[in-house]
Amino acid sequence: MPVSKSKAEYDIPGLSQYVPIPKIEPDKMAHSQPFVAKPEHQESVGYPGELVDDWHDKAIDKMGELLGKYRSLQVFMDICTKCGACTDKCHYYLGTADPKNMPVARQDLMRSVYRRYFTLPGKFFPKLVGARDLTKDVLDEWHSYYHQCSECRRCSVFCPYGIDTAEVTMAGREILSSVGYGAKYSNEIVGKVHKIGNNLGLPGPALLDTLEGLTEDCEDEIGIAVPFPLDKVGAEVLLITPSADFFAEPHVDGLIGYGKVFHEAGIDWTISSYASEAANFGLFIGSYDNMQQVAQRVRQASEDLQVKRIVVGECGHAWRVAYSFWNTLAGPFDYLDANYPVPQHICELTYDLLQAGEITLDPRRNAGKVLTFHDSCNVARGSRMGDKPGGQFTIPRALIQAACEDFVDMSPNTIHEKTFCCGGGGGLLTDDLMEVRVKGAMPRMQALHEVIEHDGVTHVAAICAICKTQFAKTLPYFDIGMEMVISVHQLVGNALVMQGEVLEEEQSDV
Amino acid sequence: MLTAIYATAFYLATALLLVGVMFKCWRYAKVPQPLVIPTTPAPVTRGGVVLRLLREVFLFSSLFKANKWTWTLGMLFHYGMLLALIRHLRYFTEPVWGWVVMMQWLGVYAGFAMFLGLLGLLLRRFVVDRVRYISSPSDYLSLVLLALIAFTGLMMKWVSHTDVVMVKAFARGLMTFDWSPLPTDFLLLSHLALVILLMLVFPVSKMMHAPGVLFSPTLNMVDNPREKRSVAPWAKTKPSTLSEKEN
Ligand code: SF4
Ligand code: SF4
Repeated sequence: MPVSKSKAEYDIPGLSQYVPIPKIEPDKMAHSQPFVAKPEHQESVGYPGELVDDWHDKAIDKMGELLGKYRSLQVFMDICTKCGACTDKCHYYLGTADPKNMPVARQDLMRSVYRRYFTLPGKFFPKLVGARDLTKDVLDEWHSYYHQCSECRRCSVFCPYGIDTAEVTMAGREILSSVGYGAKYSNEIVGKVHKIGNNLGLPGPALLDTLEGLTEDCEDEIGIAVPFPLDKVGAEVLLITPSADFFAEPHVDGLIGYGKVFHEAGIDWTISSYASEAANFGLFIGSYDNMQQVAQRVRQASEDLQVKRIVVGECGHAWRVAYSFWNTLAGPFDYLDANYPVPQHICELTYDLLQAGEITLDPRRNAGKVLTFHDSCNVARGSRMGDKPGGQFTIPRALIQAACEDFVDMSPNTIHEKTFCCGGGGGLLTDDLMEVRVKGAMPRMQALHEVIEHDGVTHVAAICAICKTQFAKTLPYFDIGMEMVISVHQLVGNALVMQGEVLEEEQSDV
Repeated sequence: MLTAIYATAFYLATALLLVGVMFKCWRYAKVPQPLVIPTTPAPVTRGGVVLRLLREVFLFSSLFKANKWTWTLGMLFHYGMLLALIRHLRYFTEPVWGWVVMMQWLGVYAGFAMFLGLLGLLLRRFVVDRVRYISSPSDYLSLVLLALIAFTGLMMKWVSHTDVVMVKAFARGLMTFDWSPLPTDFLLLSHLALVILLMLVFPVSKMMHAPGVLFSPTLNMVDNPREKRSVAPWAKTKPSTLSEKEN
């Protein structure tokens, strides 16, 4: 991407030795708004086309409904003590200095309304407890600031009561959608999945074409026609991967990596054209129903294709939904092979094969690269890999280290459970929110910059389609090359020793 | 007369406190948590979850990760209050339990810890721009209320003693419904009035964080969604597969 930095009308945060905690600058980002969903997008996900006349009552009713359906929301609305521990933990606050991007202040946008309509002190002494009426301005404010949260859960790690602002953001977005005031990006995408099966609206024939192309590429490169099967009934494994893996860079190299691993391990696998998407933006818009419908496509595909296992490709929030929610939304999966976890992450699968000695990685094939790893929020703080807590940190790192000799972690305050969001998660990965994406990327970029300068890091590996896209787009704003970002399974694919492969004399760095 | 007013107020406040807290907790327990959302890495067993909650409740472990100043002030305040409360058990037990007797000396200093912790937290609320921004009047007032309770208590210990024998008789009288008169000095009466106020606001204020933290799904859920399926009652009526839905 050409550096569009010069064109930006806002300041790009500079990178310094550490991330400073900014002084608050009220309303600095009040202008940031996502595009409002068009009627067809709204209706495709079961919401009214445009702002309804009685939005006030509808919104309050919806809030009451959600308070009765989600313990998280009910408890979080009540128990925040305004201790301030979370105030400097959100990358959007650190990057924008807008106090409404402090997690607690983001919650307060809703809590103030909750107090007014649902608590005694708020009914009788609104000023005293910071309660306020729901007005159109408040609704607009929600639309703005609930789309400056990537639902990354970093705040929940530091809150003494575990208050997860993501839950509040999701509720806020669901209320907005339900009164006809949703955001275009996510609602349109969920609608596409319902209709076609993936976020891109990529139909089956196009998918087949792409996958055949990948087989040809492999044949040209290593002399093996690695298969990328589509809709193969009776395959052992159904791979559910983010649709970005089918064509975007650097995602597609990760997909090639999965294909190579399956091939080398002799696992019969397939992709489904009906459920050709791991991403589930139903999570982002806070809609149980939409999330469930998307999840049920996967179940349907696994039944139709009569597979025995479901494996999920590299995608952060998708893995959270798959790992944490699929069983609830579309289970039980008792018809699948009980010897494997359902679902299984591709990293878990590759790691197990590696442990069992069924595949071999030769790290010399990635010589010259110095790697670091970006923990994706939803994997880090909303899921697990393997059978021990923290496997989501150790397993991808073990794969990287098996595939490449040089590995350095970023600063301890920015990895594992404290990882900083890439800045584009939670349904913000859209051009209309570019400013908040760039500013929110700053803390992650700062940590990355540090290991580049200090340790000569050449690549940052990620296991999330959104992170990869966001990095590729925002790295140039910070004068870092976009080629730096790489899929974990691209490294694995490069390093994988395959039977019958034809190696070029000089294995060139990809 | 005064004794009657205070006694009645105490009964009322106790009743409202109990009913209020129980009602809130009943509500927290009743609202289902439809999705498994522990903040990970999370324990994979119930026992692990109990440990996690104990660490949060007694060590403020997340707060420790977040901010050492707030953690220190919070610890001073909460543990100071706990020890001071334990010291107060001597007014309600006869004979006073042995371990309460042993901890009396600690309770005296604990009062100072509590007061200092509260002053520090209050100062932080004024000084740190981010914390000032998120504070409502009620946030300052809760700290002031608690600080005044600690202050009047300390004054009675160090400056102007009250008749503790009478206080104890009053407290025991409340418990046995056989009232005996309350000393009438200003410090004691304010101390008790403030405590009554605290009991009244507790269930409708952020002080509900004390029982509430135990209901926080990010902290109290076991990380086992792949092994154990859970569905909220309101979600059970939904079709479990797409084909079922289309029919
Ligand atoms: S969930 Fe993440 S983006 Fe949202 S408020 Fe918390 S730290 Fe910020
Ligand atoms: S850390 Fe938790 S309790 Fe403290 S202000 Fe933030 S959300 Fe509220």
